[in-house]
Amino acid sequence: MIEGISIYHFLVVSTIMFFLGIAGFIIRQNLITILLSIELILNAVVINFLAFNKFLYPNELQGHFFGLFIVGIAAAEAAVAIALIINVYRRLKSIDSDKVNEMKY
Amino acid sequence: MIDYSYTIFIPLIPFVVFLITGLFGMKWKPEISGWLGSVGLGISFILSLITGYFYFFTNVTDHFETIIPYNKVWLSFTDKLHIDMGILLDPISVLMLVVVTTISFMVHIYSLGYMKGEKGFQRFYAFLSLFTFSMLGVVLATNIFQIYIFWELVGVSSFLLIGFYYQKPSAVAAAKKAFIVTRFADLGFLIGILLLSFYTRTFDFSILTNPNTSVFSSMTGAGFLGMSAITWAMLLIFMGAAGKSAMFPLHIWLPDAMEGPTPVSALIHAATMVVAGVYLVARLFPIYYFQTPDVLLFIGYVGGFTSLFAALIAMTQFDIKRVLAYSTLSQIGYMMVGLGVSGYGGEAGLGYTASMFHLFTHAMFKGLLFLGAGAIIHAVHTNDMEKMGGLRKYMPYTHITFLIAALAISGVPSFAGFFSKDGILTAAYHTNKILFYTEYITAGITSFYIFRLYFKIFWNKNTQYEHKPHEAPMTMTIPLVLLAVVSTFGGFIPFSDFITPDHIPFAEHMHWGVAVPSIIIGLLGIVIAWILYRKDNKIPARIVSALGEVYTVTYRKFYIDEIYLFVTKKILFNGVARPIAWFDRNVIDGFMVGVGTVTLKASKAIKGFQSGDIQEYAFVYIAGTILFVLTLLYYLG
Amino acid sequence: MTFNIFMFYFLSAIILIFSLLTITSRKMLRAAVYLLFVLVATSGLYFLLNYQFLAAVQLTLYAGGIVVLIIFSILLTSHISEKFKKPSVWKIWMGSLSFVFGSVIILWVLLSHQFVKPEGLKDIPVNMHLIGNQLLGLGKNGYVLPFELISILLLAAMVSAIVVVKKEKK
Repeated sequence: MIEGISIYHFLVVSTIMFFLGIAGFIIRQNLITILLSIELILNAVVINFLAFNKFLYPNELQGHFFGLFIVGIAAAEAAVAIALIINVYRRLKSIDSDKVNEMKY
Repeated sequence: MIDYSYTIFIPLIPFVVFLITGLFGMKWKPEISGWLGSVGLGISFILSLITGYFYFFTNVTDHFETIIPYNKVWLSFTDKLHIDMGILLDPISVLMLVVVTTISFMVHIYSLGYMKGEKGFQRFYAFLSLFTFSMLGVVLATNIFQIYIFWELVGVSSFLLIGFYYQKPSAVAAAKKAFIVTRFADLGFLIGILLLSFYTRTFDFSILTNPNTSVFSSMTGAGFLGMSAITWAMLLIFMGAAGKSAMFPLHIWLPDAMEGPTPVSALIHAATMVVAGVYLVARLFPIYYFQTPDVLLFIGYVGGFTSLFAALIAMTQFDIKRVLAYSTLSQIGYMMVGLGVSGYGGEAGLGYTASMFHLFTHAMFKGLLFLGAGAIIHAVHTNDMEKMGGLRKYMPYTHITFLIAALAISGVPSFAGFFSKDGILTAAYHTNKILFYTEYITAGITSFYIFRLYFKIFWNKNTQYEHKPHEAPMTMTIPLVLLAVVSTFGGFIPFSDFITPDHIPFAEHMHWGVAVPSIIIGLLGIVIAWILYRKDNKIPARIVSALGEVYTVTYRKFYIDEIYLFVTKKILFNGVARPIAWFDRNVIDGFMVGVGTVTLKASKAIKGFQSGDIQEYAFVYIAGTILFVLTLLYYLG
Repeated sequence: MTFNIFMFYFLSAIILIFSLLTITSRKMLRAAVYLLFVLVATSGLYFLLNYQFLAAVQLTLYAGGIVVLIIFSILLTSHISEKFKKPSVWKIWMGSLSFVFGSVIILWVLLSHQFVKPEGLKDIPVNMHLIGNQLLGLGKNGYVLPFELISILLLAAMVSAIVVVKKEKK
């Protein structure tokens, strides 16, 4: 417990961070910056998990472990995403999202 | 009792030959197919003769039993409804067996010479074997459904053989015409069979043709348009018979069928297939006689009208095969008349006996006429009798045999046709005077047109041919001679000892009161033909111009073809088919095309959503989620 | 105002400001470095919540691993000096609308909800011993199954990354 800081403080921060990530996902053209936005979203979620764990159920570690797993999955996701991005770059000589739209009608 | 189970081989041999030549024939030399077919059919022919001998001459009882040496359930639908395949031997089927195999064997041998070097020689023999198999199936059928199956097979093989020269558009058209007309008639046949079997619960001839049967009791009551069900059934079955036998007004296919090779015309369109209708009526004769005498009389009138009508047309035609085709129509009309005026039991059955007799003799002399015509066409390469003349010097065998056949068909005494035709006339004389006089006149016309044909071909002017006509090869003259022998002496067979409606022989007497006038009118026809056509002269042309319109109408076959064309093209095509086609094209198709067009338009309109831009997808997803959350909040408070 | 409170506001400010910069910067390398700051500040929040182990993992794995990986890939695919062109107005609208509506609704829901801590729950000290036991434990509070799943997922990701990037045979 932290004196003077409630769960709401943490939730406000994580929510804003989450939606900043979503806005970035929608606005940015470059695939790598989209990936950065995804990392923001993931981090916001981890903050949420930890805050709920600490403020509501401090006798257990569930939120903590989910945070841990999310970090692990983020690592895997980043590795695969970057592999894909590099492959796209090889083929199209560009990683702009509006150029990577072959899969349409 | 003699074991007749070997008779199964009579139809099976041609079938096996058909399979072999049809499947492998193209790989062999053409002659092998020809000889294989001829030898196979020769065996069938000999077996048929043996059967005929055993059946007719080793009979010890006072009547001829119906023997079923072989009968097997083929399709079993229910306990009662099953279709059998089997073999039935009674006087008329044994007679037909002999006729079909004889003519078919002759035609097989004849074709070895006639079709030599033709493209598709093997195919020709395969089809011939198929036809023979189907025809024997019709003849030997034990039940009405089996007869129908083989009936259709006969129709198909006839179609294939008429259209043998499939590069020739007229042959293709003739094949189609024959098939469609007979098929149309067979529709009636099928409905008739279904009606009959629906009420009687059986297909079997042995039950149906028993004179004392009670299976029809339920059919006499039920009526439609003022006629009982049995009348309708028998009338519709006769429609099928009329289609195959080319009775008026379904006769239009037969003259066109002469587009086929001449041996085919001899086999199918003179001697065997076209008498299948007569055979069918004879097979069902007890039903016609006991249950529906009105229909039987109707059959007689149709036959009488057809015979006179066809004989009139035959006088005016110039294509020798067409003359023979109309002559065939006329003679089949005779057979129908014979059946129509016949009674049952004892001497009253003379019409039936004479009809079968005429079927036999007609098959022989008409087969002979066609084969002779084939030999002539083979020699001079034309069908047109105007381009012939004086051929007697070049083709002695053909000339003599043709003359014998012509005498036979004219009813000159001692030749085969005299006895059978006289039998029919006598039967008609005793029962129906109208039919008698019709047939009497027809007999005169018959001898006139057949001798017109004969004189124009063999006498008349001495035409100069491009290359000298020569006598046909041995393979062609041997069948001619054999058939000529039968045509000369076949009339002395005492048919009433063998074939009667009730299978009990009776003694036939010569009725000179009928025979002498018919001989006179026959000779009169010959004499007129002699005067007009023995030497090239101007009299026929003058008669033609004197007759004017009458001649033209007859020459154009009474415009029957044109009427058919008018009915089909103008009424059916324009009145029925075109509105339906319009409906199909605009309403049905329009609906389907409309569905397609709407789908296409809609997809074009919404395909922009599938932009391939992941960020738009993400936005839509987020927006949807937000809306969903808002909805939940609104409803859950 | 205690130090903890000050630290929370300080770290939150860093997180939000640099998050915003991450998604608005028009130079890619800078965006990556701003993300690094966000991640470091986030690990600070974890320290504040007394989750030292997770904070350490965040620092080493995220800040040390993933961001370095991203920077390498940026160097492979782009010029460092390259400036992005401005995103299209339509996309800015889409993004901002999502941000405004989404955050407002979620915040409204969260703040109007009364989170109540159940009574009598004791705060347990989070040490390495406990984490290790629970992570590989089989009984209650045991996480060995997700742990193994994650390990398989990582292996699969590694294999697929290699396969995807491998050059095609010509």
